[in-house]
Amino acid sequence: MSSTISDPASDGVVRAADGTPLKQRLNRALRREKLRSFLLILPLLAFIVLSFIMPIADMLFRSVENQIVEETIPLTVVALKEWDPASGEAPGEEVFAAFHADFVQAFKDKKHTRLGLRLNYDEPGMSGLFRKTGRPSTKMQPPYKEAFIKVDEDWGTVETWAVIKQASPAYTDGYFLNAVDAHRTAKGIEMVPENERIYLFLFGRTMFLSIVITMSCLLLGYPIAFLLASLPLRSSNMLMILVLLPFWTSLLVRTSAWKVLLQQQGVVNDFLVWIGLVNDADRLIMINNQFGTIVAMTHILLPFMILPLFSVMKTISPNYVRAAKSLGANDWTAFWKVYFPQSIPGIGAGAILVFILSIGYYITPELVGGTSGIFISNRIAYHISTSLNWGLAAALGTILLALVMLLFYVYDKIVGIDNVKLG
Amino acid sequence: MSENRGAAVRYDSVQKSYDGETLVVKNLNLDIARGEFLTMLGPSGSGKTTCLMMLAGFEPATHGEIYLNDNPINNVPPHKRGIGMVFQNYALFPHMSVAENLAFPLQVRGMDKSEQESRIKRALDMVELGAFGSRRPAQLSGGQQQRVAVARALVFDPELVLMDEPLGALDKQLREQMQYEIKHIHDNLGVTIVYVTHDQTEALTMSDRVAVFNDGVIQQLSPPDMLYESPQNSFVAQFIGENNKLNGNVTEIGGGECMVEVAGGIKLRADPVNIAGIGSKTTLSLRPERVELQPEKPMDNMVDGKIEELIYLGDHIRVRMSVAGNSEFVVKVRNRGERRKIAAGDIVPIGWAAGDCKALDAVG
Repeated sequence: MSSTISDPASDGVVRAADGTPLKQRLNRALRREKLRSFLLILPLLAFIVLSFIMPIADMLFRSVENQIVEETIPLTVVALKEWDPASGEAPGEEVFAAFHADFVQAFKDKKHTRLGLRLNYDEPGMSGLFRKTGRPSTKMQPPYKEAFIKVDEDWGTVETWAVIKQASPAYTDGYFLNAVDAHRTAKGIEMVPENERIYLFLFGRTMFLSIVITMSCLLLGYPIAFLLASLPLRSSNMLMILVLLPFWTSLLVRTSAWKVLLQQQGVVNDFLVWIGLVNDADRLIMINNQFGTIVAMTHILLPFMILPLFSVMKTISPNYVRAAKSLGANDWTAFWKVYFPQSIPGIGAGAILVFILSIGYYITPELVGGTSGIFISNRIAYHISTSLNWGLAAALGTILLALVMLLFYVYDKIVGIDNVKLG
Repeated sequence: MSENRGAAVRYDSVQKSYDGETLVVKNLNLDIARGEFLTMLGPSGSGKTTCLMMLAGFEPATHGEIYLNDNPINNVPPHKRGIGMVFQNYALFPHMSVAENLAFPLQVRGMDKSEQESRIKRALDMVELGAFGSRRPAQLSGGQQQRVAVARALVFDPELVLMDEPLGALDKQLREQMQYEIKHIHDNLGVTIVYVTHDQTEALTMSDRVAVFNDGVIQQLSPPDMLYESPQNSFVAQFIGENNKLNGNVTEIGGGECMVEVAGGIKLRADPVNIAGIGSKTTLSLRPERVELQPEKPMDNMVDGKIEELIYLGDHIRVRMSVAGNSEFVVKVRNRGERRKIAAGDIVPIGWAAGDCKALDAVG
């Protein structure tokens, strides 16, 4: 019998007792284990795929998707291929004939206004033009070119058709261009006029405010976490409950509370007027602006800074500071040279948590931000629910996501993600 | 305690309480001479670490004064005391290299770079870690970390070094080796060392004097041999080394000896160390190796005991016996190569000298 553990010298493969390679044997033995653990996570995995990954993928796709034009007016898209906007003349009768056929069909399906709305993103006025042309289109007789121009002169201009032709491809970068305050004109990509630019500015403000909020959370949270970590367990548990208390209160309640406190007839202003620090006539404006956003969001995100800081500080033995003092360092040097460097992983974790949460925050800026304190997320919400320009919302969201990932990468390079400890 | 001027450290009526209800340290008076290696030995909760922390400045004394070179230091913050300290688990700064750890006390003293470097090199060479300056503490073994901690506590030339159970985290072999190394460093540098431990072997091996703590009070302050040979009370006798206890009543005192009657009416001669007088209760303390099994010549005390158990331990045989009502009476018989004809169940005579049997305060 040769069914002993093989000698690896023969072919370099270690074999099990029955002659199959040991690796294969091991994999087979582990397969059942793996299958079982996979089955255990399956419900959650399915839930996450359905409710998180698929919607995100769909939104990312929407930022470039543009099939509506091709689907609604397929004949026109084909006919327009021959036409060159640079010629300076509106397209000929064959394009109008194709367009008429498409348009009548679209009108029957009640799709022409949707297309008008889509084209309106590229060129304001298109929506009205399409709506106006809806019913008259059914009574048109050839030649269609004159018939369309009779309904509205805009049908005879190069610009109208240039917009349609440009919007024809199934995929577009138009939303992304819009999201960075640019658009595509006959001359190529251009920035929109200065007074219409909004998104780059909003991205900038979102970043700036998030950094300010992160810094103020750190400044306020560090001493609290330090206190929590150095107190005996009983009193620190009590304080910890106070830190966690806000989590048990509705976000809306907390935000509204700041409205009560900070408004011009609010508690803080009343107090300042009462002690005579502020004149009754010029009460401070502290809400519906950046200040309100920073104050309210710092308050709301503070626990997310304190908790990682606390969990890291808890692990720093008081002996380090004692050792530093016994070696001749005064309180400040012992803190700055010995304690603080060891708490940096907590600062990293807290800062990245607060920053990422605040960069996508929506409710609080919406409620207390006014116009000067809103974030890019409020604009995204506007496009999702009010203007219904989902493509632009998706593009803005994609840029925000990319930005966060980029920052994360930079952060990893500078601080090192393995230096981050959440507890 | 006498007003011993010139002591390196002096505790004067020091008391310490954490909660205002119980005293952790009760009226401590202790002088530590310059260049002495003094160990505070005791079970956990005996107040020894608290005494060390008060000396280092991390705990304020509730009452009394501590003097360092005759200067009161109660109001001197820890960083101005200039005391080197080696902590339990070393407390090496994990974000600094070994050299940076050693440079720390020199930097805060504003020493110039070249002086720093030569001192760091000297300190590292002293603990035989010259090549490890650029490593992080986490890259060192426990024993190496321990040496770095010692080097760091010595690099700024303190006159006094405190050590708080520094060898507690090491395995047995390494611990013994480090005991000798610390002892040699002490001998070479002549610094005063105050060492805290609960390990009696450590205390006996290294110290000039040992202060045995229990219940916030120093039970005995003696050189190691005295501690073992002449314990002042039952706690010390019990805590240091192995010990046989026999409870009894004092019946006679005289001529530097006393007579104690133990269970079964047996009268034993003992050394009256700590007894109240005739008629008082006492506990006799007797080291297992001082008892002779089947003595050839008659001895001061002779009794019969029943052998309960024999344990062979190589260099000696441990014989557990029932003697005068005590079934945990242990006799150590040196292994001289001769075969003794003894077995469990035998009743054999044992004997010991009166001077080896200390009559101490009664316990249990």
